[in-house]
Amino acid sequence: MEKTYYNPKDLKKFGEIEEWQPELAKKFFEWYGDVFAEGALTAREKAIIALAVSHAVQCPYCIDAYTTESLKFGISEAQMMEAVHVAGAIRGGASLVHGVQMMNKAKKLSM
Amino acid sequence: MIKSLKARKHELASKERQIEFLSNGIFGEGELPTFKESLGKIEMYPLRPSGIEILQVNVGYMCNQVCKHCHVDAGPDRKEIMSREHMEILLNILKQTKIPTLDLTGGAPEMNPNFRWFVEEARKTGVDEIIVRSNLTIIRANKKYYELPEFFKENGVRVVSSLPFYRKDKTDRQRGDGVFDKSIEALKMLNAVGYGQPESELTLDLVYNPNGAYLPAAQADLERDFKKALKEDFDIEFNSLFTITNLPIARFLEYLIASDNYEDYMDTLVNAFNPAAAMGVMCRNTISVDYDGYMYDCDFNQMLNKKVLPKESRHIRDFDLESLNRREIFVHQHCYGCTAGAGSSCQGATI
Repeated sequence: MEKTYYNPKDLKKFGEIEEWQPELAKKFFEWYGDVFAEGALTAREKAIIALAVSHAVQCPYCIDAYTTESLKFGISEAQMMEAVHVAGAIRGGASLVHGVQMMNKAKKLSM
Repeated sequence: MIKSLKARKHELASKERQIEFLSNGIFGEGELPTFKESLGKIEMYPLRPSGIEILQVNVGYMCNQVCKHCHVDAGPDRKEIMSREHMEILLNILKQTKIPTLDLTGGAPEMNPNFRWFVEEARKTGVDEIIVRSNLTIIRANKKYYELPEFFKENGVRVVSSLPFYRKDKTDRQRGDGVFDKSIEALKMLNAVGYGQPESELTLDLVYNPNGAYLPAAQADLERDFKKALKEDFDIEFNSLFTITNLPIARFLEYLIASDNYEDYMDTLVNAFNPAAAMGVMCRNTISVDYDGYMYDCDFNQMLNKKVLPKESRHIRDFDLESLNRREIFVHQHCYGCTAGAGSSCQGATI
């Protein structure tokens, strides 16, 4: 068993999830490929969205992959960092907006 | 300005040491397949030419720039320069063989004192196309080069220029301070004489290479971004963008090792091995010539000092088209750079 939860080399083994459930994995990887293909959004735009989401879900594999992908597309360092701030702002905002729920509850319970 | 590996007496200035490095480690221990093995799996080993269409001449390693990624290890301290005598032999080869394209590279090819004479004489041979690979800044380096755009135009030269990015920060980090601004000035001078303009027959292509240990994005996507940014920011026009993958040779190899990216980068190249790109590798239709008249399968093999295999036709004095067209091409792990993804060559992506 590994001594750490994450190993950068595991990213390259992603395809191996197919070994235990080929049909679902096949569907996932096909869908994944289609999602990132050029469409109404460009592949470049999708890469920066993926970079932001990677930070929101705090997936180290995804951060490695989409930092590289962003560099490939020539996305600037400032753009990459702003994308991370967007992820952070949504995460922070998502906590803070629940403050209203807290306030509502507190007000309801209080005389 | 950094110095060349040669001037620094760096161990990677030794071509043998580079080959040794690429032979051992992850490849020596069998963790990754060698390039020969990968070609073997698709029944393409030994690799053979499809027929020589491009005579690529490296007229010298001297350059006004010292780029961090340079596979030539070029720079102002490099004194290797092709003589006029060798150029005369090449002119005869062009006349006799009717190879359609002469492709001049370096270093900065314009720094060879016989450069203009060679271009003018080459044009007289009736060669279909003369390409000059210009680093752009040379045009602004000294008054004696200011007229180069006009000279290129008069001789119908196709200009292929390096511009690693459409923004200053990334360009200057790779190629040196001030390179971006000078490149923009040079591009404006080329545009002013008609290069890259719609309706013009004067072709100006740009070359992009990644600013680090990753593969280029799709050529068409980057071309679209380059065209938009250069037009909007500087009113610059050009024809095509060529994406080139950095090969693990000389200063880029030094960078990969020093930044601890070597193994991951090679792994990326090997995993992106594309049989279709292998079919289109440039060594199949190109012969590379060094300043001293020796011939190689490509400019990269030249930098590794791996001359073409036919012993009877290794120097331009003994140029024999038939034996060169029958030769076995020398391949090694650096070749993975040309077969990754959409492929890479001096003309950009190959598929």
